Amino acid sequence: MHNKTIAELSRSLQQGDFSSEELTRHFLARIESLDGALNSFITVSAERALSQAKQADQRLAKGENGPLIGIPLAQKDIFCTDGVKTSCGSKMLDNFIAPYNATSVEKLNVAGTVMLGKTNMDEFAMGSSNETSFYGAVKNPWNTDTVPGGSSGGSAAAVAARLIPCATGTDTGGSIRQPAALCGITGLKPTYGRVSRYGMIAFASSLDQGGPLTRTAEDAAMLLGAMAGFDERDSTSIDTPVPDYCAELDRDLKGLKIGLPKEYFGEGLDSGIGDAVHGAMDEYKKMGAEIIDISLPNTHLAVPAYYVVAPAECSSNLSRFDGVRFGYRCENPKDLEDLYKRSRGEAFGAEVKRRIMIGAYVLSSGYYDAYYLKAQKVRRLISGDFKQAFEKVDVIMGPTSPTPAFKIGEKADDPITMYLSDIYTIAVNLAGLPGMSIPAGFANNMPAGLQIIGNYFAEAKLLNVAHKFQQVTDFHTKTPDAFK
Amino acid sequence: MSLDKQDVEKIAHLARLDINDADVSAYAQNLSSILDLVEQMNSVDTDNVEPMAHPTDAVQRLREDEVKESNQREHFQKIAPQVEDGLYLVPKVIE
Repeated sequence: MHNKTIAELSRSLQQGDFSSEELTRHFLARIESLDGALNSFITVSAERALSQAKQADQRLAKGENGPLIGIPLAQKDIFCTDGVKTSCGSKMLDNFIAPYNATSVEKLNVAGTVMLGKTNMDEFAMGSSNETSFYGAVKNPWNTDTVPGGSSGGSAAAVAARLIPCATGTDTGGSIRQPAALCGITGLKPTYGRVSRYGMIAFASSLDQGGPLTRTAEDAAMLLGAMAGFDERDSTSIDTPVPDYCAELDRDLKGLKIGLPKEYFGEGLDSGIGDAVHGAMDEYKKMGAEIIDISLPNTHLAVPAYYVVAPAECSSNLSRFDGVRFGYRCENPKDLEDLYKRSRGEAFGAEVKRRIMIGAYVLSSGYYDAYYLKAQKVRRLISGDFKQAFEKVDVIMGPTSPTPAFKIGEKADDPITMYLSDIYTIAVNLAGLPGMSIPAGFANNMPAGLQIIGNYFAEAKLLNVAHKFQQVTDFHTKTPDAFK
Repeated sequence: MSLDKQDVEKIAHLARLDINDADVSAYAQNLSSILDLVEQMNSVDTDNVEPMAHPTDAVQRLREDEVKESNQREHFQKIAPQVEDGLYLVPKVIE
């Protein structure tokens, strides 16, 4: 059962080949026996899952035919889930039982999905390796000495190891696409504003976006269809109709114009990853696509601008964690300032502290113009690069990550090297565009990801382009030996 | 940009973060190298560039001023570290 896609599971559930309860027990048993090696879950909510599965079975028995009824999934532990611990990978929220559901969670509940648990992640989604989690590093199922990527590393590892058919993630600078690439699965970051941020614990509000991690593009289309949509509770949610993402999957790619930015193939790119991306271009040419060399000249400024915008917004967002209303509180505070300082000092990890301090510094009196305003101007330039490119091409492609999964501990003490893992993904968040990563081969026996970037609200086009590739390749069907 | 230990202590205070004395110099080093990375932005002239605050330049949406949410004070205060009579308790502020 665990080697089936959501689309296949959905057909089996509708036909009565097995029940949602049987499916749920199967995946719970896999998590129980196999997750010890991966640490991809922070919380497993077995009882709740079985009760949701029984409800799904009743809906199916009544003849309801929603495509996600009875499908097991996992939520990244950044999404608030009513009555279930929502830690965000932090000691700060280790005792936090969310009192309400995030909109995405609510929508997926209504669609009939069954939540098996909450997945591990970098603390407050700040990291590219999952090593900053209070609950310990997640291991990559392809080689447990290596990282799964981050920050949605638990979701990516769990899907890659077939512990769950699909999971949610969030992407602020690459946190869905990079772990999807490193674990050999499919991940999609939608256009900014497409998926509600309500109840998704905020890191950098002008960049954060939730989306699906799945085995196939078709599955991502099914999950995104349920997650997307306008939400009046999110002030930056965009009121645009949600198309049927499955309707366009098989559209012919003849004449598709693919832009390859020269800046994505420079120094620092692993040759095996580069080969995988070029191999993918050969497949697209066979399908009638045209490859066009393009330039995104401000690419080198994306990481610098991001490390102003993201920390500035994080320092503001994380000021709510003060030990007063919820979350961690230090023992015996001597006064209010001591309460704030020690609660925050004792409960935040080193990377979160670094980013809060960078944010506080760049926003402090006298520095605003030199840092935040400058970064917002650079953001405009980066966005302008994409705008120009999309006048000539339909989609942009390149590597998702410069290297395959690296060793646990290899970059943990060097923030700058770690930040450069997101060199190809960050610009997409600054521009607010949708981006995907799909498996495109292997480099040194580890998965290589192909990134596909589209214009605003072109998710259906990305899914179509990804799906057609998956019809002629089998990289997305590969499973690590220990998890077959 | 090079930050020294005093700078780090000042920033940590602004952010209300207690930092162990033993860690201050490591933070000074890390934060300085992050600011060096950030300063690569200065290699480009942005004098006539409009700052971008929102990816699609959307403006704040307004709504009718109607009460829609119900009061859930007790529900939300169940997870608070310390409450009394519907109020959040903190150490005494005014002597």
